[in-house]
Amino acid sequence: MPINPKDIEWVEEPSMNFWESTYLPAVFDGLRTTGQHVADFHPVTEFYPEQKPDLPSHYRGVHRLNRDDKGRVKCVACMMCATACPAHCIDIVAQDAPKDDPHWADRDKFPKSFVIDELKCIYCGMCEEACPVDSIELTNIFDLTGMSRQEMMFDKEKLLSVFDQTKDSAHNPVRTHKGKLGHASDFTNLHTLGPATTVRADDRSAKANSAGVIE
Amino acid sequence: MLEQLINWFPEWARPFIMPMLTIAIVLQVNLGVCSYLILLERKLSAWMQDRIGPNRVGPWGLLQPVADMLKLLLKEDVIPGHVNKFLYVLAPGISVFTTMLAFAVVPFGPVPRNLSATDGQFPFIIAPGVDLGLVFIFAVTSLAVYGIILGGWASNNKYSALGAMRASAQVVSYEIPLGMSVVGLALLTGSMSIEKILLHQADAGILGWNIWFQPLACVIFFAAAMAEAQRLPFDLSECEQELVGGWHTEYSAMKWGLFFLGEYTHVITISFLTSILFFGGWHFPWIAEPESQYLGSTLVKVLVLLMKSFAFIIVIQMLRWTIPRFRFDQLMGLAWKVLIPLATLNVICVMIVKQFHLNQWWLLPMSAALFLGAGLIGTQSSRPFARRTVEPVAEAHGHHAHAH
Repeated sequence: MPINPKDIEWVEEPSMNFWESTYLPAVFDGLRTTGQHVADFHPVTEFYPEQKPDLPSHYRGVHRLNRDDKGRVKCVACMMCATACPAHCIDIVAQDAPKDDPHWADRDKFPKSFVIDELKCIYCGMCEEACPVDSIELTNIFDLTGMSRQEMMFDKEKLLSVFDQTKDSAHNPVRTHKGKLGHASDFTNLHTLGPATTVRADDRSAKANSAGVIE
Repeated sequence: MLEQLINWFPEWARPFIMPMLTIAIVLQVNLGVCSYLILLERKLSAWMQDRIGPNRVGPWGLLQPVADMLKLLLKEDVIPGHVNKFLYVLAPGISVFTTMLAFAVVPFGPVPRNLSATDGQFPFIIAPGVDLGLVFIFAVTSLAVYGIILGGWASNNKYSALGAMRASAQVVSYEIPLGMSVVGLALLTGSMSIEKILLHQADAGILGWNIWFQPLACVIFFAAAMAEAQRLPFDLSECEQELVGGWHTEYSAMKWGLFFLGEYTHVITISFLTSILFFGGWHFPWIAEPESQYLGSTLVKVLVLLMKSFAFIIVIQMLRWTIPRFRFDQLMGLAWKVLIPLATLNVICVMIVKQFHLNQWWLLPMSAALFLGAGLIGTQSSRPFARRTVEPVAEAHGHHAHAH
């Protein structure tokens, strides 16, 4: 279908005045701008390997699997993250918690294996959003490398070690504390700090039971 | 000392000693200066863009050119299978050879007035006494475009071919204002020899520098010479955003390096020529007069010339990171509609002054009048896209044709 001439809006070139059409003043004006940057030199470069960037707290880097207060993996193997994952990079094998072991007495399920393919992952943070017990979180670590593809398949132990490595850093606090054990039903004493946004204390949502939920 | 060195050689070889020595010095200095100019350009662009630039190799990145050179020399020299091998290898050579050859007639210091090849005076020019120096330079530097055209064509690549075609059109166009802009100088001096044009200004003092009489020619010369050297804002033949790499898309390693050596040598030549033709060369009031004979005066003269040329190199590099690239029609328009008429009118002004024996200072207001007149015409000229209209869409025209 051709474009209706009524819909066309011509944008005219602005007409040049006398000094503009001699070009040279504009050239000198440009030289003054660039020269000022040279004379008044304030580089914004970060010396990367020596100087790490100050990333925002909602930066999405390598995953970690959080531990609960007893040091067990917080994950309850509900498969929500694997379901939410658009890149299908999470592979979980669930296992019943050993009933006779007092260490696991209050748990039903835990992941026997939990593997994330860090090369397939697109770092969208959907798993973090989906997790009902805030077990999986994305850290600020961005410079992960490996010599083989196999090395980049992060298993449960590796992901837990990322937690041990990052839990005390100022940038990667355990962002949410939904209950000690991570029961999805524990909605009574929630902090109002979401993963990426802060809520003012006088905001309506701050008084709600759950962050960001207005009743 | 140099005379003893020359006398040590057999009679027939003596005239060759000084030129050989000069060539060796110029070649080596040129290679070193080119590589450090690239570092300077990278640093300068970084400073303009609030970055730091190369700073990892050596203190302040000073060894970066050495690392770059080594990399270029040690890299695998890829010759793609689909190229015309002979021309592909020949092209970078032409590019470097012609630009280096052009430097042969450019004096880089105070050339002795009564120079002979065997009296042991250092000549400060590779080929002294070339009376057609200006013509020689323009003839040889315009040959440099053969390197580009052959390289682009031999690469058998559409980007290369496009770049080469742009380069040829551009160089052919900008040859004319480049040559026309210095015709005035030749008329004023009465010689085409670059040494004589320099000495003419040096003898006349700072108020005899050609910039006072030919400021417009200086601007035209500088712009056209930058276009000749394919420097931004005239680098349409290699613009990365449109043509990947332009004519050197298929080149790698030292062949690519040779193209850039050629380009930077060209920039050095331009800067030397601008400072020699318009800014008095090695002449500077009080410290470097023609009659100054104090100890080290020769060194001071060389340094004055080098500083002047260096200033122009800096300007060229700053312009590169300041002015955006022209569109191709603007590029051609600038050459044919602006620079060539202005250069021609400028020559006519010089002819008028010479013919009627007017004071040379009349040339200054004449140049200003030409420049301002060009600006005035620029405001009056109708731009082709200023009044756009659209043909009314013929409704159901296709329908009719179908029905019949």
